[in-house]
Amino acid sequence: MMADSGSNEEVAVIGNTDITSTESESNIINTMVERETALLRKMEINVAEAEKRTGKNTVNMQETYTVYLIEIRKAHKQSQRPAETVPGVGAPAAPDTLWRRYSDFELLRTFLLVTYPYIIIPPLPEKRAEFQWHKLSADNLDPDFVERRRVGLENFLLRVASHPVLSNDKIFFFFLTEEKGWREAVLETGFQDKADSRLKSLSAMFRVKNPDKRFTAMKQYSDELNTVISQLLRVRARVADRLYGVYKVHGNYGRVFSEWSAIEKEMGDGLQSAGHHMDTYAASIDDILEEEEHYADQLKEYLFYTDAVRSVCKKHDLIQYELEMAAQDLVSKKQQREELATGTVRVFSLKGMTSKLFGTESQEQRESRLAALEQSIQEGEEALKEKNTECQEFVQMAWEDIERFKEQKDKDLREALISYAIMQISMCKKGIQVWSNAKECFNKM
Amino acid sequence: MSVGAPRALASSGQKPITEILHPLSAAEEPLSATVGGDKQEVGLTNGTPVETSSPASTSSLFNRLQLDDDLEADVRDPYADSSETRDLFVTVDDPKKHVSTMETYITYRVSTKTSRVEFDLPEYCVRRRYQDFDWLRIKLEDSQPTHLIPPLPEKFVMKGVVDRFSEEFVETRMKALDKFLKRVADHPVLSFNPHLNAFLTAKDLNKRQGLALLSKVGESVKHVAGGYKLRARPAEFCAMGEYLDTFNQKLGTIDRIAQRILKEQSEYLTELREYGSVYSSWVGSEDELLRPLEGVAGCVTTSCGALEDLGENMSQDFLPVLREYVLYIESMKNVLRKRDQSQAEYEGRLEAAILRKQEDRTPMPVEVEKCQDKMECFNADLKADWERWQSNKRQDFKQLLTGMADRNINSYEKSQAAWESLITLLQDKQTEDKTSETN
Repeated sequence: MMADSGSNEEVAVIGNTDITSTESESNIINTMVERETALLRKMEINVAEAEKRTGKNTVNMQETYTVYLIEIRKAHKQSQRPAETVPGVGAPAAPDTLWRRYSDFELLRTFLLVTYPYIIIPPLPEKRAEFQWHKLSADNLDPDFVERRRVGLENFLLRVASHPVLSNDKIFFFFLTEEKGWREAVLETGFQDKADSRLKSLSAMFRVKNPDKRFTAMKQYSDELNTVISQLLRVRARVADRLYGVYKVHGNYGRVFSEWSAIEKEMGDGLQSAGHHMDTYAASIDDILEEEEHYADQLKEYLFYTDAVRSVCKKHDLIQYELEMAAQDLVSKKQQREELATGTVRVFSLKGMTSKLFGTESQEQRESRLAALEQSIQEGEEALKEKNTECQEFVQMAWEDIERFKEQKDKDLREALISYAIMQISMCKKGIQVWSNAKECFNKM
Repeated sequence: MSVGAPRALASSGQKPITEILHPLSAAEEPLSATVGGDKQEVGLTNGTPVETSSPASTSSLFNRLQLDDDLEADVRDPYADSSETRDLFVTVDDPKKHVSTMETYITYRVSTKTSRVEFDLPEYCVRRRYQDFDWLRIKLEDSQPTHLIPPLPEKFVMKGVVDRFSEEFVETRMKALDKFLKRVADHPVLSFNPHLNAFLTAKDLNKRQGLALLSKVGESVKHVAGGYKLRARPAEFCAMGEYLDTFNQKLGTIDRIAQRILKEQSEYLTELREYGSVYSSWVGSEDELLRPLEGVAGCVTTSCGALEDLGENMSQDFLPVLREYVLYIESMKNVLRKRDQSQAEYEGRLEAAILRKQEDRTPMPVEVEKCQDKMECFNADLKADWERWQSNKRQDFKQLLTGMADRNINSYEKSQAAWESLITLLQDKQTEDKTSETN
């Protein structure tokens, strides 16, 4: 059912902590950056369950979908180390709960993307199963997939809830607390318009004259990370496939040893029991690979994170570009004014050419044009100032979040690699155990 | 292990020394109490002195048993190597390539250490090629048709498919030849075969010269007429045949499984190598994660190495032994067939003789008696060899399978050690915030 973190009292736990099938002493708890945001001081968030529902969709067709139960509990007193559990005094109060489906999460995320373009918005778990090795089902309704998605959604909520900026968002708060009417509230913010223009800007092609080196470097890093993690996930799926094959073929030993033992006298018992161990060995790969999926999920999260990083960098590019455009616009207007004032044509302008061809304009016309230009320049200067401020604020906030992200990424991926190593150790130990048992049986032959 | 006491063999004529030993267990002492020159004490366990004049006498049998100080040990543990009782040690090693204008071939050094009087010197060292082993085996089969001759590794290899001079091939073949020779040397009857003696000692093995010492039994069995039909095969030989068929089948299945595993492991290895290299390439973009990523890449590489070794070992040590036993089974089945023929001939002749007897009252002809002797001798030899074969088979497969288990354990251990040292390395860098535990 719920392969959740050990107890509900643990705060801000992401990823899989259920390595119960392996060494109990090698228990790694992935903790994300322990930011005690105001929100997390108030509440504990869990995505506790998943359920199948059927209903009519927008085109009035029957569909089956999964809903997830969000549980909100009053936060327990925090000890020094947030990951340790502190049993509350008296019975814990029943949590507030509401149901959300995946598309609700998607809507929330889109809202956040649009509203906080300078923030690297945490990603959602994948909509459809990708990078699967063949034994894992790619079916969205498969219970294992649903379970991993449940963990991923909880992860998402905790990431948002522990973000210094995002955790204060009202819409996010309502997502956690208001089941009905939330969608309407989101739409009422009018973010849809911004959403459309954002999409446009993301795909726009433009060149920035003086790109910010830091952002360029970050975008490049993010692309590299994306490439390498994709590669890693692809190869890992192939490795899992092959390993599955190796283990399963050993199961055939089980059968043949059993058959062989039937014709043997003294050797029979040893062979028969060894055969059982071979069966055990073959069966053990299922759990091993299921566990490894959690590692893959951790990698996937950062794969999707790179998209978020990229879009922040792209947004910065856009603002930078707009700033450059505004500055350039102002410069050309000022030049025009100068020309008008001194009568010299330094820059080619159609007006200048036509007046040359068709005769100069009257003093009146010139003065009215000058006045209009002055106005335009003033507006331009205002606009430039605004754009400058916008850009500076964006850079400041974005870079702050990027630094935060980098730190988080280093920590999380390091933990992920360590837990991967622990999984490998556990797999080796299991293998040694089974083969030692088999060896004992062979010795008794 | 002993079969019932053999019938008096006097009617078959003087048999060579080598034929007398079969009723005894595998741990038996070869006959060394020949006339003269025996330094060891002769006497029964209770101290009664024993005659040593006639090699065929039961007293000399006891004598031989007595000479074995470790007889007790062998009785306790029937699987103990009779190395303490053995007095013939052979080894095949040191492969060398020979290039001549006509052909290129490999020779192996065959070393012998022995205290047997049948050998002039206590040590010998000769070089032999596969052809020579093949010659030996054919000679043994011809001269000891009632015995199970161990198999040789396969003779023919497809040129172009298998490299006859590759290290692995030569190594595998050499091990099989070594095993063959050791099995022959351990056999209480075969080890006294004069062809073996020649093989081990002669500077130049002149294979064209057939050695004069062919047993009469051998000759007569060769001339068994083929036209006789077997009436009823005794149950124990039926059981042997059935066992061999089923066992053969199972071995074939195990061979296929082992090959399949090798294939899957090899494909896994290919992917795993690429997997490791992706981690290595990731290192380039990272700072803080450099150490863990390099570490993981390293561990994956170590695991690849361990897996490679496992595959090589299985391929070189495991599969050849399985295939050898398939050949062994073929040999055994051949011997069973020859036994059947021997029985058929006896029954046929007996029937004919009985009919004739009814007609003209002639006594039972000598040929029929000879046939009966042959058959019973054959049956006895076969049963003894069967027991010895079963015992060896049990040892061999126990060793084979525990070896397989050991290699797999070893492979996992190497991998585990690498990952564990990575954890230690990384854990040392952990800050106080982290709450990871390791074992």
